[in-house]
Amino acid sequence: MEKMDSLDAAAVALVRAGDRDAFRPIVERYSEMLFRLAYRVTGNEADAEEIVQETFLRAYRKLDTFDGRCRLSTWLFRIATNCSLDLLDRRNLQPQPFDADPDEDENAPEERIRSHQPDPERLAYNSEIQANIHAALQSLTSVERTAFVLRHVQGHSCEEIAEALNVRSGTARQSLFRAVEKIRKFLASAMRPAV
Amino acid sequence: MRHLSQDDLILHYYREAGPGMVKHLADCPECQENFEQLSCMLSAIALPEPPPRGEDYGAEVWGRIRHTLNEGKMTMPWWALSHRWAAVATIAGLIAIAFVAGRYTSRPPANWPAKPLEATNNVQLPQKVLVVALGDYLDRSEMLLVEVAHADRPEDLDLNSQRRYASELVATNRLYRQTAQRIGDRDTDALLDQLERVLVQLEHTPQGATPTDIQQLRQEIESGALLFRVRVAQVNMRAEAKSGHRTETREDPSTPQDPTPIL
Repeated sequence: MEKMDSLDAAAVALVRAGDRDAFRPIVERYSEMLFRLAYRVTGNEADAEEIVQETFLRAYRKLDTFDGRCRLSTWLFRIATNCSLDLLDRRNLQPQPFDADPDEDENAPEERIRSHQPDPERLAYNSEIQANIHAALQSLTSVERTAFVLRHVQGHSCEEIAEALNVRSGTARQSLFRAVEKIRKFLASAMRPAV
Repeated sequence: MRHLSQDDLILHYYREAGPGMVKHLADCPECQENFEQLSCMLSAIALPEPPPRGEDYGAEVWGRIRHTLNEGKMTMPWWALSHRWAAVATIAGLIAIAFVAGRYTSRPPANWPAKPLEATNNVQLPQKVLVVALGDYLDRSEMLLVEVAHADRPEDLDLNSQRRYASELVATNRLYRQTAQRIGDRDTDALLDQLERVLVQLEHTPQGATPTDIQQLRQEIESGALLFRVRVAQVNMRAEAKSGHRTETREDPSTPQDPTPIL
């Protein structure tokens, strides 16, 4: 069991006792972490901002149900994950593609391994890869994308993802497998040389 | 021989594969090749970093949500409201019954002690939580202060862990002090203010502290009878938590009137 740190524990106790302003250090401490998570799941800055606010509002309302068996950050992370999914479902939207930054193309690990000398042809190739990756991510459902982002980018285990999504571990794994399979197929067909 | 599926390889890529899969992969060139392809594809997927937030981002978010927090707590579903009305009606009925029954039963003597109002006053709740939480906090602070106060030489102190511990206590201290200020508890505010200064000084004590640095810390602790005041506060808090009543703190800690329970 992870232990809640003393500042979080103190803040939670005071908020529960009716001291609304004691919630402030919690907000100040975790806003950026939640923004990063929300941005990666939604791919949109304004949506990420909305999710951060909604997460804290939900957390404040449900603070009485927080039993302290996990870290406060873990609990907030779960709420934020659900807020992200809710937002996408409510709008009936697929996650948006990230704005492609041409400067980042040369950061593709595949290419970093092959060559250290960028040339126009290689940059164009990388740009194409990134565009296809963004398109592939767009083809995922909100749950698949969330599972993939949490595992691939945020580094959470399938067990943690299952808890965040409130599903069984096997279901979380299946979402991840489907996400990877879709991305693989998408990239394979997109990058196949034209005959 | 059963080869690894793509799902197995995905688990292996994310370091969640079981030992059997790892062993098979080490021995099987075909699975190694499949894994190499999958690994190449996955490692090429790098999402852009989220746009950076300013240093005051947390404060900005707080500014946006603070006024809506209470609204959030007030909202209730209709069925909860109907339950609430039912509860109000029940209580009103009970009061009416009690009133009628009281008319026909003996009255208590005139000097019967009245129940203190504050015992049922929810406005006092943050005060009570502060009292209970502070007891534990002061215990931990006292342990740290004792270690420093009893150290004659820098080598007597484990400065790395004590600085880290002080840093954690400073953050908690600030939160309690803000609460004490909000509820108008000046004694607790003053004590925590003094404690915070010492903790901050300890937090910033350099790695290679000299005997002079340690001496300064000890002087800071001793100058305002800090350790003594912390102990007095602990005794008062415990008594208060037990009885539910506020115990007055002494105005002048340098002249203890009854040191027996503390020392």
